[in-house]
Amino acid sequence: MLPARFEYHRPSTLEEALGLLDRLGDDAKILAGGMSLIPLMKLRFATPGHLIDINHLSGLATMSESDGMLRIGSLVRNDALEESELMKARYPAIAAAAPLISDPIVRTRGTMGGSLAHADPAGDWASVMLAVGAQVVVRDSSGEKIVPVDDLLLDTFTTTLEPNQILTEIRVPAAEAHSGGTYLKLERKVGDFATVGVAVQVWMGNGHIARTGIALTSVGRRNIRATAAEEFLAGEEPTDKAFGEAAELAAAAARPVSDHRGSADYKRHVVEVFVRRGLAHAVELARAD
Amino acid sequence: MQINVTVNGTQQSADVEPRQLLVHFLRETLGLTGTHIGCDTSNCGACTVLVDGAPVKSCTMFAVQTDGSEVTTVEGLVAGGQLHPIQAAFKEEHGLQCGFCTPGMMLVGSALLERNPEPTDDEVRWAISGNICRCTGYMNIVKAIQAAGRQMKEDAEKAGEPAAVGG
Repeated sequence: MLPARFEYHRPSTLEEALGLLDRLGDDAKILAGGMSLIPLMKLRFATPGHLIDINHLSGLATMSESDGMLRIGSLVRNDALEESELMKARYPAIAAAAPLISDPIVRTRGTMGGSLAHADPAGDWASVMLAVGAQVVVRDSSGEKIVPVDDLLLDTFTTTLEPNQILTEIRVPAAEAHSGGTYLKLERKVGDFATVGVAVQVWMGNGHIARTGIALTSVGRRNIRATAAEEFLAGEEPTDKAFGEAAELAAAAARPVSDHRGSADYKRHVVEVFVRRGLAHAVELARAD
Repeated sequence: MQINVTVNGTQQSADVEPRQLLVHFLRETLGLTGTHIGCDTSNCGACTVLVDGAPVKSCTMFAVQTDGSEVTTVEGLVAGGQLHPIQAAFKEEHGLQCGFCTPGMMLVGSALLERNPEPTDDEVRWAISGNICRCTGYMNIVKAIQAAGRQMKEDAEKAGEPAAVGG
């Protein structure tokens, strides 16, 4: 299928992009990787009158650690995240998720920023960012603000982003000693959306679990934080029994829908299995740290 | 709108609608029909081309996005009338049957070999996991890509230069 007609704009600076959005925002979409937007446009589920191509803006594609945080520019491509030695060394949940995003060809274009702004509940990055406690930087022509990812995501394909705003950076709290994380994804084949995805991050203290982040992909109207499971684990000994109880709480927090990828019961069961495995692996990494 | 794209080393100027997909621009405007349309849903990889050296699904990119960029299609593999080593290897190793997925497989394979001239089976299979083949069961595709890597390494050693692809 072919997209509806639109006008194409290629701003050279962020200011120019924001100016275009001020004028055209209500009928415009940002084009970054396009790996989610363009398929929707081809199906005419999205029919923006204007596309603002931000791929040629500079300064949005770097990854670095500074001031107690990991900063990921919103245009960092998924293949760069996959190959990043920094992620492999210090941010294992990100390193685990990156190779599982779609397929290797799509990863040359897709971006973490685009994934968060698109807010597909089957998107993997939102769960990882919820688990690690990330925030995003949102810019418009009046300035910038910092928004926790948990506040950014409202509903299916719906965020708090206004039509004249661009997500420019993702900020992850800097890696700490005695912490670990991972991402597990069940998919029918490479490139399919997750049947179920689970992101886990664990911070240990004195041999106990200090706190955790657990977030679920493809089992709700948006990516879900399993807060009851997180609250249960705070201060717990990292035993199989504790992982099992947390996994049950996380599965109870899931809101899966029966579809061609599986029944709701099956998906809820996979959530339980993945949370158990994810916690065990994250604790193992945290102990080795 | 007017775009200027370098396709297989040749500058192309054209007036295109923004909504024209890169794959249609290549096939219909430029007559380069080696790039195939397999699924229309961004899944199969038959439409894979290289944009500034990176594999891209040309059915999921607009031609206007390539203004100022370099695009390599399967037609760009041939250099000076000679088959690219990856084309020769696909022939020798019987890496194709119907040939529909083959342009995408060869371009992804050549991009892999640029980074990793001696990939393992797993590394090749990982790299082609975005390209679907309905005929071969992938085994000879993997062998062909690895054979091309060995040939390119041999050629580079003879020439005393690193191997390169396209254009």
